[in-house]
Amino acid sequence: MNPEKKFTLRDAVNQGLIAGLITSLISMVGMVELFSKRQLIANLMTTAQVFILLAPALLSYQSARKSAKNNALASGAVTGFFASIPIIVLVLLASAFDLRQFLVNVSPNLISTLTFGQGPVVGSLILVAINTLIGLLAAILHQLDEKIRNPILTGLLWTLLVGMFSEILQERLRAFFGISFTNLIIRSKALQPTVAVILLVGITAIAYFWGQRGASFSERIANQSATQRRNMIIAQRVAFFVLLLAMPLLLGTYLSEVVNNVGIYVLMGLGLNIVVGFAGLLDLGYVAFFAIGAYVMAILTSEGFLGVAQTSFWVALPVSVITAVAAGIFLGTPVLRMRGDYLAIVTLGFGEIIRIMANSDLLKPFIGGAQGVLQIPKPSFFGTSLIQPGQLYYVVLGGVLLAWFVSTRLSNSRLGRQWMAMREDEDVAEAMGINLVNTKLLAFAIGAGFSGLSGAIYASKLTSIFPHSFNLLISINVLSLIIVGGMGSLPGVVIGSLILVGLPELLREFAEFRLWMYGALLIVMMLAKPEGFWPSAITKRELHAHDESIPIEEPAAAD
Amino acid sequence: MQRRLQNINYLDLVLWLIRVSIIVIVVWGSIATLSDNPYSGRNWIDFIVFGIAQGSMYALIAIGYTLVYGVLFMINFAHGEFFMSGVMTATVFVAGPLSASGYLDRQPVISLLLILAVSMLTSVGVAVLTERIAYRPLRKAPRLVPLITAIGASFFLQYTFRGLYGSEVKPFPQVEALSGKIPFLGTELLESQLVVIIATVIMLVGLYLFVMRTKTGKAIRAVAEDKDVAALMGIDVDRTISITFALGAAMAGAAGVLYALVFRQVHFFMGFLPGLKAFTAAVLGGIGSIPGAAIGGLFLGIFESVGPPLFLDGLNVPAYHQLKDVIAFTMLVLILIFRPQGIIGERLAEKKA
Repeated sequence: MNPEKKFTLRDAVNQGLIAGLITSLISMVGMVELFSKRQLIANLMTTAQVFILLAPALLSYQSARKSAKNNALASGAVTGFFASIPIIVLVLLASAFDLRQFLVNVSPNLISTLTFGQGPVVGSLILVAINTLIGLLAAILHQLDEKIRNPILTGLLWTLLVGMFSEILQERLRAFFGISFTNLIIRSKALQPTVAVILLVGITAIAYFWGQRGASFSERIANQSATQRRNMIIAQRVAFFVLLLAMPLLLGTYLSEVVNNVGIYVLMGLGLNIVVGFAGLLDLGYVAFFAIGAYVMAILTSEGFLGVAQTSFWVALPVSVITAVAAGIFLGTPVLRMRGDYLAIVTLGFGEIIRIMANSDLLKPFIGGAQGVLQIPKPSFFGTSLIQPGQLYYVVLGGVLLAWFVSTRLSNSRLGRQWMAMREDEDVAEAMGINLVNTKLLAFAIGAGFSGLSGAIYASKLTSIFPHSFNLLISINVLSLIIVGGMGSLPGVVIGSLILVGLPELLREFAEFRLWMYGALLIVMMLAKPEGFWPSAITKRELHAHDESIPIEEPAAAD
Repeated sequence: MQRRLQNINYLDLVLWLIRVSIIVIVVWGSIATLSDNPYSGRNWIDFIVFGIAQGSMYALIAIGYTLVYGVLFMINFAHGEFFMSGVMTATVFVAGPLSASGYLDRQPVISLLLILAVSMLTSVGVAVLTERIAYRPLRKAPRLVPLITAIGASFFLQYTFRGLYGSEVKPFPQVEALSGKIPFLGTELLESQLVVIIATVIMLVGLYLFVMRTKTGKAIRAVAEDKDVAALMGIDVDRTISITFALGAAMAGAAGVLYALVFRQVHFFMGFLPGLKAFTAAVLGGIGSIPGAAIGGLFLGIFESVGPPLFLDGLNVPAYHQLKDVIAFTMLVLILIFRPQGIIGERLAEKKA
């Protein structure tokens, strides 16, 4: 672990075995087989093969990075070679015994994917060869100059992404350019090999030249006058806003639906971001407010027998939010004196109590018990019912923009600073004259309000709600997405939702492994990148305070 | 100053209101039930015995929370998954084949010991690996960080085992030798429940002696007291923490087998609720204390089993058994809010906060 320690052959072997074990685990859990049908490049490569080779490639790269310069290539190759050993053991075991009666996912199909369709013996040899090759390639990549390495990595990443999402892309391209053009690029849900090569080379080249020219470009921006810069920022914002408004037209029905789901999680994420990210109160019962918002909306607007008022969406919306805020204060009050992990467990308890109560016969006459509330109308806008996802998108967008606006204004306000002070140290914050009771309650209340808004939109989007859709997993989901994006960072919430909610919806095979991935992501993020993918400026500065290589950004001039 | 005082008073008022209303509900419900008297004495004994059996399992799982909290001041959220992983593996790889070959009924004692051993070893393996990979690198991180990894580890393990063994509920074979009943105080005890209670007592006493009498136990207690000083005294802190995790997981693995004996089914999600309740039990008894975990477990088990018919039936709650978990969770919330140091524990929560 310590940096002075020499990286020996044994470490390279260990890395390889770890990589092999990771790949075996991914295979045994069933992910490889699931993705073996999703082709990346037509007739050449499936997504499953990417999963098989990912761990060996990454760990070989690590080996090459850690070892001395002159034997980096060798240790990469060694790691790659030994990565194949556990996989071969798995293959041989599976072909000798019927493992399937114990491990449901070790199927003949998986074994044939792992051995590239050849028998166990030939397949094993191929595995060894390919893994060693990948290890070697990863090591070579590491040895390359940064100016060349980074563009190649960018090119690889984008080509893989395009390949993975080729099904969606195909549909979109057809909508815009017609079938004949699309077939040139993507046929039967897979990228054509020539196109893949063109993409790889093209993106690498662009990234390379961008890397060369980028420095002068940012210099030019820095030299602009203040008015020019401001104009440019305004132009950027307007362009971005227009893009947001035009989104449903570009995306089509299916993708709009995905974006709506992402938006609902962004809303919840923005709320939890206030509670966890700003105020540092780990709330695991956050789904409770989502449920309250949804149920209030459902009962107020439902046309079924449980509906009490049949009001319109727009009347019910503020009521849901206010109820959620009240619930936030109500549930927040008793836990004001708790901190850290006890708070997490208590809020988890609250969330579960509310879910079980909603599910029970006790409240059945009011909220329908396990049968839920049905016949909730979709929102309507001046007489037109917003049935299409592309129409509903604007409701979600409005909610997100509102929450975003409130969050940005709050984050730099007096209250936001108080939250952050409280997050860092409650006792010191109190000594500085911060009223902990009010500050905490406001965090709970505003967070709950966003969640309630999200729940209300969710209820009218789905038109029926059931208690089992408000379980702990939603809280975990939201927590994961703000951690992945970066705690306390608003763009991080969007990035996190796109990765954790958007990706699994696009790659439907993921559905089963969503929580598996979340769990792994939570661990990996905490170990490797606790600040998240898009950390807020403050967090970044704090975490790299002693890191000289990253210049501390000058705070924007206050005006 | 004036305002702050007012705020605190308001907060205390709210907390008192909650206390009083809970007491009123409990007392009112109990009186209503008892005056109605829909249950015979036999019923109550059944409830209590079931509660004790259930509580024994909670106690065994709670040991893991208590030990780990004792040394690391961290809630090991993934502990319920250690419980699940052991018994799932033992069911799939040992109990299933043994039962299919008929060996389970011919040699029940050997079979059960084998199942127990596999379950405990798997749990220990999973726990030690989890500690090594997910917790150890984060020992110096802020307190929220290990909790988040623990949540991550919990879901990762759940869905790993779901991927490995499938998502359906798996039957745990019925052991013929334990399916009988024993007459007791005018009612009948299920043999499996008796086995659970006896096994728990043996394991708890063994664990207590291990922690109190052996050198390793002493090392664990030293690390719990102060890691730095323990390291100066020549104790390998990392190894001791691993052993602590292993001990807790071994208890959880055993509890898993006992759970399977009583409920006769296992599935990948089975660790969540017992884990949470065992945590409640650990806090109830005072987290960090081994006897506390035992007492907390028993108390919670009995409360959960007697509570719904006692308080809720009298209040005319329809289908009150659905609210069994609500009682456990309410208890969790109330204990954490009003008495985080537990029934007999010292106040540890603030010590390293």
